[in-house]
Amino acid sequence: MSDQTGFPRLAVMAQARTGLLRRRETVLPENAVEMAELVLRVRDHQDTAAFATLFSHFAPRVKAFLMKSGAGATLAEECAQDVMATLWQKAHLFDPERASVATWIFTIARNRRIDALRKSRRAEPEELDWGPEAEPDQGEVMEAQEETARLGQALAQLPAKQRALIERAYYGELSHSEIAAETGLPLGTIKSRIRLALDKLRHHMS
Amino acid sequence: MTIRHHLSEQLLTAYAAGQLPEAFNLVVATHVSLCDECRAQLMAFDAVGGALMDGIDAVAMGDNALAAAMARLEGVPQATQRAPRKAAGILPAPLADYVAGDLASVRWKRIGGGVKQAILPTDSEASVRLLYIPAGTAVPDHGHRGMELTLVLQGAFADENARFNRGDIEIAGEELEHKPVALAGEDCICLAATDAPLRFRGMLPRLAQPLFRI
Repeated sequence: MSDQTGFPRLAVMAQARTGLLRRRETVLPENAVEMAELVLRVRDHQDTAAFATLFSHFAPRVKAFLMKSGAGATLAEECAQDVMATLWQKAHLFDPERASVATWIFTIARNRRIDALRKSRRAEPEELDWGPEAEPDQGEVMEAQEETARLGQALAQLPAKQRALIERAYYGELSHSEIAAETGLPLGTIKSRIRLALDKLRHHMS
Repeated sequence: MTIRHHLSEQLLTAYAAGQLPEAFNLVVATHVSLCDECRAQLMAFDAVGGALMDGIDAVAMGDNALAAAMARLEGVPQATQRAPRKAAGILPAPLADYVAGDLASVRWKRIGGGVKQAILPTDSEASVRLLYIPAGTAVPDHGHRGMELTLVLQGAFADENARFNRGDIEIAGEELEHKPVALAGEDCICLAATDAPLRFRGMLPRLAQPLFRI
């Protein structure tokens, strides 16, 4: 959580990322790692320019997500504002080694929806104490940040019917008993990455 | 602690999508607090939500949205302390929140045969309660008319097919007919949620009180 981590880290990430691009030659997310860096700048420097960039990317997506979930435009806009304010307020909870910015913001938006649209309450699992925040491991940060884009590509390649089912589940059009057990998405790598991190954590704790 | 009985992918997806009744949310959050396997699976399902939202056709915000957001930040202090909720007792943090403490804070009601229960306040879509079953006693017939989730917090119970220890979750549908028994040794405490109407009809007036307390 130190202030001197901001810019050098950005440089390291950019370097590492170019290396990855050359090696794999696949389409990589334009800016997933940079998005994470922006959140860290909000966290460490209360950087309003970084916040503005995040806002212009994510607020219209949160708004769209809430409208797909049944909110009217006005309510969706209000809630999107709330979600972005939460991002500012709780930037210290963002862990770039565990989840992408998109995933983190999705969880905030989903919880806002449960609150505002379902008028219900969602118990959250116990948080894990990942310990004193050492310099995050760049490889793990990149892995976590770029997963969202890879999942996005996998989603786009699903048969339309299957993709629609997933969308309807996440937009709240399906009841829990109607939700399909299988997404057809390659989630194994994400799960194993997190499982590994959890094993390491438990090992440290014991 | 090895957990052998996990949440289904269906339940974890529904939790990630925000589509579970409050009572089920509590059981899922409590199990995930104890189970790294399901936590990892859940984070993968959260990532699906992230990918969907990131790929959505964006809807433009109002003209002054950014200015309004920036103005709003001035009054919003950033929280800097990260204080993980960690329960020290038998009840994991999400459940301790509902009970407002650990086991000592549970307001048990006797329901016969040494069995006690405490219904926790949730919205009415589904209900959830803590059950206290003395070691060696049969779990009272609680009917499976909808879906029922039973999570062991202390002790263990077993039926003809399997044994359930702390952290294990049993997912029962209407088809399941079994006679679970709390195993000898330690009294068994479970968290049980169902989306079917509560059974013990004669007791409804008494049960209604805690249900509508909040």
